[in-house]
Amino acid sequence: MSEGRAADVIVIGAGIVGAYCAHALARRGLDVQVLDAGLPGATAAGMGHLLVLDDNPAELALSEYSLQRWRDLAPELPEGCAYRSNGTLWLAENPEELAVAEAKHAVLSARGLACEMLGAQALRETEPELRDDLLGALKVTGDGIIYAPNTARWLLESDPARIRRQRAEVVEIDGNRVRLADGTWLAAQAVLLANGVQAGTLCPELPIVPKKGHLLITDRYPGKVRHTLVELGYVTSAHNATGPSAACNIQPRPTGQLFIGASRQFDSVDPAVEGWMLAKMLGRALHYMPGLGDLNAIRSWTGFRAASPDGLPLVGEHPQRAGVWLAVGHEGLGVTTAPGTADLLVAQLLGETSPLAPQDYSPQRFFGDTAHA
Amino acid sequence: MPELLLDGRPLRVADGTSVAAALALGGDGCARTSVSGQRRAPLCGMGICQECRVSIDGVRRLACQTLCRDGMRVETRP
Amino acid sequence: MSDAVDLLIIGAGPAGMAAALAAAPSGARIALLDDNPLPGGQIWRDGPHAELPPKAREMRARLDACANVRRHAGCKVIALAGPKRLLLEDAERGWLLAYDKLILCTGARELLLPFPGWTLPGVTGAGGLQALIKGGLPVDGERLVIAGSGPLLLASAATAKARGARLGRIAEQASLGAVGRFASALWAWPNKAWQALELFDATYRTGSHVLAALGSERLEGVRLQVGKRVEEIACERLACGFGLVPNTQIGEALGCALSDGAIRVDAWQASSLADHYAAGECTGFGGSELALAEGAIAGHAAVGMLAEARALWPQRQRWQGFADHLNRAFALDPALRRLAQPDTLVCRCEDVPLSAIGGRRGWTEAKLSSRCGMGACQGRVCGSAAQFLFGWQPPAPRPPFSPARISTLAKLADAAESQAPDLSSARTPG
Repeated sequence: MSEGRAADVIVIGAGIVGAYCAHALARRGLDVQVLDAGLPGATAAGMGHLLVLDDNPAELALSEYSLQRWRDLAPELPEGCAYRSNGTLWLAENPEELAVAEAKHAVLSARGLACEMLGAQALRETEPELRDDLLGALKVTGDGIIYAPNTARWLLESDPARIRRQRAEVVEIDGNRVRLADGTWLAAQAVLLANGVQAGTLCPELPIVPKKGHLLITDRYPGKVRHTLVELGYVTSAHNATGPSAACNIQPRPTGQLFIGASRQFDSVDPAVEGWMLAKMLGRALHYMPGLGDLNAIRSWTGFRAASPDGLPLVGEHPQRAGVWLAVGHEGLGVTTAPGTADLLVAQLLGETSPLAPQDYSPQRFFGDTAHA
Repeated sequence: MPELLLDGRPLRVADGTSVAAALALGGDGCARTSVSGQRRAPLCGMGICQECRVSIDGVRRLACQTLCRDGMRVETRP
Repeated sequence: MSDAVDLLIIGAGPAGMAAALAAAPSGARIALLDDNPLPGGQIWRDGPHAELPPKAREMRARLDACANVRRHAGCKVIALAGPKRLLLEDAERGWLLAYDKLILCTGARELLLPFPGWTLPGVTGAGGLQALIKGGLPVDGERLVIAGSGPLLLASAATAKARGARLGRIAEQASLGAVGRFASALWAWPNKAWQALELFDATYRTGSHVLAALGSERLEGVRLQVGKRVEEIACERLACGFGLVPNTQIGEALGCALSDGAIRVDAWQASSLADHYAAGECTGFGGSELALAEGAIAGHAAVGMLAEARALWPQRQRWQGFADHLNRAFALDPALRRLAQPDTLVCRCEDVPLSAIGGRRGWTEAKLSSRCGMGACQGRVCGSAAQFLFGWQPPAPRPPFSPARISTLAKLADAAESQAPDLSSARTPG
């Protein structure tokens, strides 16, 4: 059995979170070995919507911080990453939703985030394809979009001297060493698990469940939509934490295509596109943008988000496995929060002061008092 | 003998003529401009390649699988 | 909206028409749909410049007389909509159609391979040019070169010549030996031998293939490898097809097993999936006579007329022998993999050059990194080309099977009121 020290850190998973962590570690002078099994992941399947969410303070802090880091990185990103700071419009259909939009506006403004309320008239002028009886919208100016597969690849290629990539399936983690499918053992000072929805196969103790999502993209129709259009409707309809759900999310791609989401299912691990779910999702989008009906869809697919019980990621050392570090459980926000995740992780790994409060995202919160140390 | 409007110009064609044929009868034969700016004409002629996408009465359709109808508005370059 | 038939036949070419006519005497409610505006498939495509053979006219007339056969023209299958139910779309509407038995007669498409200049206006498929001419495309007085492989080159040439095109060259990639062996075996199928003689053209050369289409804004000429010589011919049209690819997408999505890239069928033309049959070129290539026999067997078998189906087995076998000869003779030369240059666009929807996809580990990786196959044709042109060039397996089909209006896809909600749990809205996007 051969066993050598592969690198300072082994990163399992070359999606956006693993790639950003590898990039951040390399920037600090560490040698990184990235292992990826080539399995389907959320990075390739997802929408690449970069957005600030404020369901709870920890989510707001992580997404706000990460958005700023994406904006800082933007000038360096090649065109293939398709970064655009096009802003999100949260659509209000009734007075209750308008009140929610205003409350959201107050929260974000108080933190100095660029945002504004659009009245009905202003909304019609901004996005004329929307139905004309909406009451208004909250515009979050600094939100954006990105093409995550190319961005992950660009991050991994950013420092060839320090980041080495290998197509390999890890079948076992034993502290700071991993066994590959071909029997090889690789060791490092730390092993970082960043393989999203696959995390449970290597660490079954992690509380991560797949949440299925459907997506659809249209042919190119340039100029129809400028902002990412998202409904606020969840506020007024009874939110079902476990049942399938759909919401309007219409994103204009730089290609002129419209990218349509979003659905959530907890009970399915079947990657097949399900007609009824796709239709429900399109129904939400059509409700807000009736003219969508005449546009041609060219492709639909599904993906699985790696969801944790509280909706926040697990970032930090594994409480039960010395040498194993975690950056998993980002649900639908992995692309948005990859930069913040990487900074949190690097600070903890190097014993430095973190830019964000690490305890909010600590894996410890799911393990009670069973920590190893 | 249906008469259609091809990019705003009237064009009369024989019954049963495809819109793909009309593009050549009344224009330069091209249907669209590609992502990198090339002009493109119908290629497969049988509904597979999507090169002949045009706007027909405001909806994007395939010229090769659509017959010309009286009063039809066909626009190229979508 | 609920709509149901006993037998659904997808594709109204020779196989589909034969299937409908074979099944019609049973009295079953039959729907025959095709994405083209008129029946006949590719070989019997109708139009202002088409001359239909008597057999095609006779079958169309018989179909018109069948009160229990509904025809849906210009109608595409968009998605599965639950067990034995499909989502369909035509120019006006999208709707669901339920069936008890299904016969796939989805035919084949041309294999279109990338070579320098192939995106120029004036370059078409070989069958593509024939189809466009039948639909009224004028070619009178135009100089034409035809290249690629297979008997379709001769058929396309004949159609073009009949409409006044001036043929400069037919370049067949198969060797003289292979084509010669094929031709000398034709005595066993006399009508095929006559067809070949009728279609033969003095400009026909074997062991020859296209090197490049020349021109800036549109086609001005063609560079060909003709035997050992390189030849340049000025022309306005180049029709280039490298054989056929079975249209298996709907069958695959339904779960029918494939074999050698075609839908696998048994002696009754039954696929691996109960109550689902397939006939014609989607089960492998063999020409219209084989498709007619297979279609009729499938049609009879689907309505339980087993004796009638069995009676056609010898006929099918005879034409299957012809098909085997055909497929051996026109196997593609691996040298054709080198036609595309680094800057040649492989994906015409997204304008992705060969250099952007070479060296990737497979179709999915190439697609994610370069956008190859992400456009409106859904990889049906470049995916088949990449399969030939790199041996990459295209991924399983996903809905919509063809670009479809979003209003059509929204009709899938009608598919599963019983399957779908009650929905509330999502908490967050993304």
